[in-house]
Amino acid sequence: MTESSVAIDHATSHPALQHHFENMEQQREAGTIGMWVFLVTEIMFFGGMFLAYTLYRSYYPAAFAAASNHLDITLGAINTAVLIVSSFTMALAVYGTQVGRTRMQNICLFLTLVLGLTFLGIKAVEYRSKYEDRLIPGRLIPGREFGPQVAEANDTDPHKLHLRDGASVRQVEMFYWIYFAMTGMHALHMVIGAGLLTVILILSLRGRFSPEYHSPVEISGLYWHFVDIVWIFLFPLLYLLGRHVH
Amino acid sequence: MEEFFIPKPTRVDYLKAEYGLKSWLLTRDHKRIALLYLYSITFFFLIGSVYAMLIRLELLTPQGDLMQSTTYNKTFTQHGIIMVFFFLIPSIPATLGNFLVPMMIGAKDLAFPRINLLSWYIYLVGGLVTIYALLAGGVDTGWTFYAPFSTTFSNSYVVATGLGIFINGFSSILTGLNFIVTIHTMRAPGMTWFRLPLFIWAHYATSLIMILGTPVIAITILLLAFERFAGIGIFDPAVGGDPVLFQHLFWFYSHPAVYIMVLPGMGVISELIANFSRKNIFGYGFVAFSSLAIAVFGFLVWGHHLFVAGQSIYAGMIFSFLSFAVAIPSAIKVFNWTATLYKASISYETPMLYALGFIGLFTIGGMTGLFLAALATDVHLSDTYFVVAHFHYIMVGGTLLAYLGGLHYWWPKISGRMYPEGWGRFSALVVFVGFNLTFLPQFVMGYMGMPRRYHMYPPEFQVLHVLSTAGASILGVGLLIPVIYLMWSMRYGRIAEANPWHLPGLEWRTQSPPPTENFDVTPVVTWEAYEFAPPEETEVVGTFRE
Amino acid sequence: MQTWVPFVPESASTLSWKVDALYFFLSGVTIFFTLLISGVLIFFVLKYRRRSLHEVPRPVAGSHKLETLWSVIPFLIAMTMFAWGAQLYFEQFRSPQNAVEVYVVGKQWMWKIQHTTGQREINQLHVPVGRKVKLIMTSEDVIHDFFIPAFRIKTDVLPGRYTSQWFEATKPGTYHLFCAEYCGMNHSGMIGSVIVMEPRDFDNWLSGNTNQQSPAVAGQQLFQTLGCVSCHGAAGEGGRGPALAGLFGSRVSLASGQTVTADEGYLRESIVNPQGKLVTGFGPIMPTFQGQVTEDQLVQLVAFIKSLQGQSSQPAGAGTGAAVPSPSMQAAPIK
Repeated sequence: MTESSVAIDHATSHPALQHHFENMEQQREAGTIGMWVFLVTEIMFFGGMFLAYTLYRSYYPAAFAAASNHLDITLGAINTAVLIVSSFTMALAVYGTQVGRTRMQNICLFLTLVLGLTFLGIKAVEYRSKYEDRLIPGRLIPGREFGPQVAEANDTDPHKLHLRDGASVRQVEMFYWIYFAMTGMHALHMVIGAGLLTVILILSLRGRFSPEYHSPVEISGLYWHFVDIVWIFLFPLLYLLGRHVH
Repeated sequence: MEEFFIPKPTRVDYLKAEYGLKSWLLTRDHKRIALLYLYSITFFFLIGSVYAMLIRLELLTPQGDLMQSTTYNKTFTQHGIIMVFFFLIPSIPATLGNFLVPMMIGAKDLAFPRINLLSWYIYLVGGLVTIYALLAGGVDTGWTFYAPFSTTFSNSYVVATGLGIFINGFSSILTGLNFIVTIHTMRAPGMTWFRLPLFIWAHYATSLIMILGTPVIAITILLLAFERFAGIGIFDPAVGGDPVLFQHLFWFYSHPAVYIMVLPGMGVISELIANFSRKNIFGYGFVAFSSLAIAVFGFLVWGHHLFVAGQSIYAGMIFSFLSFAVAIPSAIKVFNWTATLYKASISYETPMLYALGFIGLFTIGGMTGLFLAALATDVHLSDTYFVVAHFHYIMVGGTLLAYLGGLHYWWPKISGRMYPEGWGRFSALVVFVGFNLTFLPQFVMGYMGMPRRYHMYPPEFQVLHVLSTAGASILGVGLLIPVIYLMWSMRYGRIAEANPWHLPGLEWRTQSPPPTENFDVTPVVTWEAYEFAPPEETEVVGTFRE
Repeated sequence: MQTWVPFVPESASTLSWKVDALYFFLSGVTIFFTLLISGVLIFFVLKYRRRSLHEVPRPVAGSHKLETLWSVIPFLIAMTMFAWGAQLYFEQFRSPQNAVEVYVVGKQWMWKIQHTTGQREINQLHVPVGRKVKLIMTSEDVIHDFFIPAFRIKTDVLPGRYTSQWFEATKPGTYHLFCAEYCGMNHSGMIGSVIVMEPRDFDNWLSGNTNQQSPAVAGQQLFQTLGCVSCHGAAGEGGRGPALAGLFGSRVSLASGQTVTADEGYLRESIVNPQGKLVTGFGPIMPTFQGQVTEDQLVQLVAFIKSLQGQSSQPAGAGTGAAVPSPSMQAAPIK
């Protein structure tokens, strides 16, 4: 075979076909499997933190319940709803590209991005209140070491921490360390997801995607759904411990 | 003999396709990336070897007279870190794997060429961060970084080194991801799973370990770093943490990591044995599945590093049992390679010498692992030189020998030149002799009680240490010679034909060196793996058909 | 010490020859298979060497029978090794009941040994022949490991916990003691000797040492000066805090619903992290003594509490949440 015949093959193919793939189907399949494999690595990565959580929760159940109770369940629940809706809008965006409904595709991508940023904004509010209440563990913030105010028996001040039987401040600090590690890592992945979505949105507005070629949107959708699922595990494990006891 | 199709060179080969630094540093060609890795990995290997030399020099005498204790502690730590993370783990997959995986399956490149280049840059950045840490003052925790010494007591560059290793981990993950997707989606028409060379099976299994295990060491290093600079007690018992938790997290990755190091080597050996005896590997299916079995079982045995560490004795029993189980697939491979030589047609070129050396040394290394899998002997042998000897037999006698064998075997394909055969055989012999002299005495001194990571030692061990250092000098010479003649041959070596060994593998059915797209036309595969002769002629073992 | 190069260290404990037996079995199997494989390899490589340039051998089919054979036989050999090793390991780690206890505290970079009769040693451990000895060990800083090659035993020594190992020496002599877990700068200097003596010589050594307080007596003094008596009673009979008499070795019900055994680790933990395992029926009023007692003092307190005999399962009243005694308070005189 000559060089020219190979070149002709690619000239008649889709402009988005990369030179090392035989056809668009192979390229799409490779991208999808690639994203799934990447998500498996993310599961292993978060898995280590889930292990630490499980271990220390079994060591210090009272402290974990006390600390979890002190988190803002309203904001957490709002964030959960925000993310679930954003997964829905993401799925709609992918559907839009599959059937060529460009307006739906673009609006839904935009909505997903906005919801993701909303999540991050609410997270920032939560983190700020932890900072104010001196709940950032260890020496992460120099000069503002972990040192929450502990509530007396009938104190209703929401900024003060209610310790239960058997819980100590040091054990509560362990909870907050795990809380920040897990939600912080999750938030980092949300930021990356937001960046990814911005790029996809810009490309979509430029008309790059079509029913014949939309795998980047699908793949970003997979990533977004994964980040959502991680939060769905985080929310009950971190926010909903010991809520039945008052 | 069937003449395998050898195409006339029609295109420019990948080395001449473009010139200039930018064409290399911004390349997407998996073959050029493999060469970039080859140079950088050799660089790190040389650094690690200097540390090895310093260790062996210090251990010539029982006193700590060559360097201070802290310097010695940094030397063995850095030897381990550089060799494990920057040489052994990437070596075969990133050089030979990158070069050959697309070619062996008939593809034009890996699935994600730009991610492949990114992998190399990440490797470089991780390596440079680690080198910065070494130059700034070094790290003295042992490559295993046990807490609480590493979190609270060490006054060395733990976080910086950890950062370098953390970054490097992503290189590993991306390479594994690339291989898995490539092998699944880009095989040429007719290239079914059971026609794949065993090199591909081995790299597929390795990639599974890379993507599943590496994230765990990433999170472990992060936790270690946070404990160290933010004072959050997850491992330090003084603040309520658990030091044994660190060991569990660390070894959950680092045990499978040793299979990342050895599985690609086994893949190379399968290629060398089959091709230099001109026969299909005996029990091809068993060898293929044994790679997968090793990958899976490898994740279940990490607790054998904690038999004396305060782990429950019942957990110890389970881990011991599984550690014996994981040895069986490796034994199956050794028997199958040996059986391949039955009624074969064997030639003794350098790659084959390395392969034969591998089988012998890997047998010793693997079987001495059984001493450590057995609970009662592990109690005595843990943290002694016996363990050091065991893992060097596998990593050097195994992986390094396979790497050298593979480099020589595919050298004509990679560079278009032949290496000097006489020098090749000579250095293989020198390496074999030097290696055994270095590490056999260490088994003996280990059972005698010589602990590892010791700067000074009681005088009765000196004879064995002197033997070991003598061997190390010979080994060093044996390893230096190929570096020199391989570099020499790139310019002055005899020009190689496309298929100098006359072999049926897909990578040999194109020019040497290959053009950038690897093949003129996408190949259509109609033959089985290692099909030297038509399948009708197959002999069933034990019967005569004349 | 030996000046030649043997393959096995001196065998000086009841279990060391058993470990050697397993080692010789493993070595024998290793050497056998190494010779077998190498031999077959060399034989095949010579017999089937390529005789002409273009020679191609006939392919040989695989054999399920052979594959089964060389999977099953190694598996059986491996299981033998596993079972043998596991059975011996159980013997090594199941501490006998009637052993003499010796406390070991490791720190960078020395071993502090405390006999229950009062003798203290640094980097040396004197023991008599023919007595079971149980070492109860902890670290003040990083992880160390107490390794006696002649006895074929070692166990990591951890901070924040007690680990233990036991042996029975069979041969008088002086044997190496090594730290076998890398612990920093002077790891290779953290060595010493285990000196095994005939019983008579050991008794002489015991009495020859100047009278040092046994750890239990020292612990009793600490028990008072630290104010423990105010909640636990001078003889450990209990009060605001749980009873300690007869506590050691018994099962304890915790506020979390778990039940644990009160071993040395439990006692130590309850002093430095009292809220860690709160006993059912008592409030979280015990202050922590972390940072106020050294590991040596903890050993003394534990030894004292172990010595308190008495009714074990009588909880001395539920906690009343009364004033918390401060750890620096001087104790009331013994009643």
